[in-house]
Amino acid sequence: MSVLKEISSNVRNIKQTECLVLFRRTNQIKEELRQGVKKPYREVIDVFWGDPHRAGLKPLSFVRQVLAACLYPQLMDGDKLMVDVKQRAQHLLRTCAGESVGSYSATAGIPQIVQSVSEYIVRRDGGVPCHPENIYISPGSQWALTNIFKVLVNSEASPRTGVLIPVPCHSTTIISLMTLGAVAVPYYLREEQSWALETEELQRALDSAKGVCNPVALYVINPGNPAGYVQSRKCIQEVIRFAAEKKLFLLADEVYQDCVHGKESEFVSYKRALGEIGAPLSDTVELASFHTVSKGLMGECGLRTGYVELVNLDPTVMKHIDNLFSTNSCPILGQFALDVMVNPPQPGAPSYPLYLKETQHIRALLAQNVRRVEEVINSFPGFSCQPLEGGAFAFPRVFLPPKAIERAKEAGLEPDTFYCMRLLEEAGVLFSPGSEYGQKEGTYHIRFCIMTPTDTMEEILKRLSVFHKQFMKEFS
Amino acid sequence: MSATRVQFLSPRTLRVLSPGRSALFLPGAGGSHRGGGVPGFRSLTSPPLSSSFSSPGRALSSLSTTRRGLPKIKMSDNGTMSRGKVLTIDSMNPTVKKVEYAVRGPIVQRAVELEKELSEGMKKPFAEVIKANIGDAQAMGQQPITFFRQVLALCSYPELLSDSTFPEDAKSRACRILNSCGGNSLGAYSASQGIGSIRQDVARFIERRDGGVPCNPDNIYLTTGASDGIVTMLKLLVCGEGATRTGVMISIPQYPLYSAALAELSAVQINYYLNEEKCWSLDISELQRALDEARLHCQPRALCIINPGNPTGQVQSRECIEEVIRFAAKERLFLMADEVYQDNVYAEGCQFHSFKKVLFEMGPEYSETVELASFHSTSKCYMGECGFRGGYMEIINMDDDVKDQLTKLFSVRLCSPVPGQALMDLVVNPPQPGEPSYDRFIKERTATLSALAEKARLTEQVLNTVEGIRCNPVQGAMYSFPRITLPEKAIQEAKKLGQQPDMFYCMKMLEETGICLVPGSGFGQREGTYHFRMTILPPTDKLKILLNNVKEFHQRFTQQYS
Repeated sequence: MSVLKEISSNVRNIKQTECLVLFRRTNQIKEELRQGVKKPYREVIDVFWGDPHRAGLKPLSFVRQVLAACLYPQLMDGDKLMVDVKQRAQHLLRTCAGESVGSYSATAGIPQIVQSVSEYIVRRDGGVPCHPENIYISPGSQWALTNIFKVLVNSEASPRTGVLIPVPCHSTTIISLMTLGAVAVPYYLREEQSWALETEELQRALDSAKGVCNPVALYVINPGNPAGYVQSRKCIQEVIRFAAEKKLFLLADEVYQDCVHGKESEFVSYKRALGEIGAPLSDTVELASFHTVSKGLMGECGLRTGYVELVNLDPTVMKHIDNLFSTNSCPILGQFALDVMVNPPQPGAPSYPLYLKETQHIRALLAQNVRRVEEVINSFPGFSCQPLEGGAFAFPRVFLPPKAIERAKEAGLEPDTFYCMRLLEEAGVLFSPGSEYGQKEGTYHIRFCIMTPTDTMEEILKRLSVFHKQFMKEFS
Repeated sequence: MSATRVQFLSPRTLRVLSPGRSALFLPGAGGSHRGGGVPGFRSLTSPPLSSSFSSPGRALSSLSTTRRGLPKIKMSDNGTMSRGKVLTIDSMNPTVKKVEYAVRGPIVQRAVELEKELSEGMKKPFAEVIKANIGDAQAMGQQPITFFRQVLALCSYPELLSDSTFPEDAKSRACRILNSCGGNSLGAYSASQGIGSIRQDVARFIERRDGGVPCNPDNIYLTTGASDGIVTMLKLLVCGEGATRTGVMISIPQYPLYSAALAELSAVQINYYLNEEKCWSLDISELQRALDEARLHCQPRALCIINPGNPTGQVQSRECIEEVIRFAAKERLFLMADEVYQDNVYAEGCQFHSFKKVLFEMGPEYSETVELASFHSTSKCYMGECGFRGGYMEIINMDDDVKDQLTKLFSVRLCSPVPGQALMDLVVNPPQPGEPSYDRFIKERTATLSALAEKARLTEQVLNTVEGIRCNPVQGAMYSFPRITLPEKAIQEAKKLGQQPDMFYCMKMLEETGICLVPGSGFGQREGTYHFRMTILPPTDKLKILLNNVKEFHQRFTQQYS
């Protein structure tokens, strides 16, 4: 018998995702297509993840040129690269031990880049101060989030530690919490009100935890994932006051801060709102906010770099957080990309025109995709899509006929997983089901990435439209 | 990359209203721990914390008080004013408090301060700080392999594929890697286990290395450095409470990643001592002793081996590995073999044997039952590419359902850095004879490895000329771990300061010479013995000066406290 028969119940208790079925089938279909099996489509469009490059967007040239020059400094001798690319690469290499991307960086990240990040945050937040000592760069924002959870969650406590989590919520955060032995306490966003976060619902969630767990933190995602809301300043202020009053540590997942589409929408960071509220809250409410190079216009998910800014933490706790981050250093290339993200080419710089062109192109196609998705999806019978204010995803509600739900049950699948499976099979489009993220009972959703080239999005909508009609007919 | 069904606290399972939620709440801040203070630590909070933070610019609120026209919102009178912190030293996860990581500990923090002071023009008895504390080869001037960097540059900016200055084999390798990436970009997520074709290349590499022992790509996980794999495996292994809590056997001295991870997981650390007198060899009788004692209070489930050794630099013989495997089989222990230094073998007569290979040569009785995880990385050997955080883990004889759980754990960090995966691919699949880059690759690899071998010899030789320092041969890896004799007075002095004697010694050496070493106490050592770990990585000429400075310091120190 295996030594590993027995493993931690915290790990064991997390159910394996149904989406594995979708992934396996996707790989099979791709293989079948390679072997020339006839299908109604020639390739699978994979918009499961919030992964712009996978979905077909191109990386920003300036970022990649700088990285190439840092990887292979001999490139700086030739005339292949613009002078500002070379200057940036030289500057970045000088921040590394041995002037090499192959060296380790300091615990919190390369100090000069941490400094740049803090200056960026101050600019972003209209002058609210930010101290570089409060920033930790990590291999992805999710890694940083897990580290903060580790500090917050007392794995041996009884009752267990609770964290308030929105529904819907992307699933990595929840797995991360559960492996640490914490309880995810759900608060539901109100879909009909553009997925609004309401304080009464937070209160209800907090009450629901009584006698079950000890809630110590409130996790918010803004702009949303999977739902594409952007919280208003007023909403954020209310959340902060709620956290203050209920003594909750605030965790703000703000990785989509550069993806705001709604004309009326504006990204306001929790840090900024907290600073603007002023004392005493701005000196007391403990906040961790997260950002990354994976999302936004850059979309460099594969580089695995993000950061957390910690506000108002007890200095003695910070010492232990430092220890925790010290056991793992962050990839250097990602830190360089982060530097470019917080310090992009400026007007007048040789690389600026191309940078501007590429970023404008992405913004334009995103705006176009948002418009088309809202328009087309809402025109389908049995679909309703809240306004896409921000983020990288559409998360429309789909009203499934009872017969379809019945069939899904027979197949042993959640109804929306069943829908996604059929969509994959018949239209060659990979979406993720709402059951992956949590949803009000009896409601069903699908999520897909909207950061795609325009023609890809048109193709997705076309395939979805044909499929959906067929599906509804079949199960009506 | 797999995600997982959301499982929330179900409202149905909730009991209604139980009194005293506040009792569960954390005690207010401002407690006794505040006073002790961590000098120079990050705070946005109240000025009284420490004088260094009283500058008005530091508090978040100071802005809003100085900023005009910003409406200040009054707090409701619910006591928020006196609100203490949620997260305090008393309320935080107690296991995290036990996490220590000596390789980046206080001595390194002091080294960084010294560097800053030097750059500000402060006078010191030395011109530069030499960080011989960490196995960071390129920081010490080791040159990267040209081919690797060419391919990675091409992958990063594929427009360069039309550049005629890049060799053809670098280009074809880059295309192959890009074709296996989502959207043909290093910027896309990979599956959380790693890119499929790279896992296949790793499997073929292992088969070649191990003389044909088969390797299944499904058993390969691409990791964020080796440490990601090690920590995740430990997470999977640790369970139980009280006397059934998982115990994990680690060598003393050990690499502090293990102790830090075990502390964080509140697993029981079971120490087995390496035999310093016999060149840090591993005795089975010592394993047995450690295990038998541990069985009284925990459930030992895993045995960790670092070969070649860190910090001790020994290379295990084939016989020794066989004995360890028999021991693990007999005692039903999961084996974890940290083999990141597998190319760093210098001593004559020594050879690297992988646990996997030896296991399979012992026949099906062992090869079909003993569970093994072995780890490798791009950070060491001749590559020294620490900054890419590339690595892999191979697992043997693990049940499929446990593998699913492992994949789940890895999915939390989505995937390992894709450039690191690409680099791992190049390491396991370097230029082949006949390809344009082959000669240069061999030349560069040989130069690096022979320089390391020379420095290993030099280090041992010079340190052994110093009275009061005794150094075992550096057979492999990148470190020497000499034993130092400290005068009684120095030990007393250290105790007065509340420091470990070898920490006291290393701190003094840092202040006087600028050399940054890690004290043996950070790795563990037999009581009453003292050591330090020093990398052999500085360039030869610099290493000679460094060794001489260590020698002089030691003599001075001994004299001062005798």
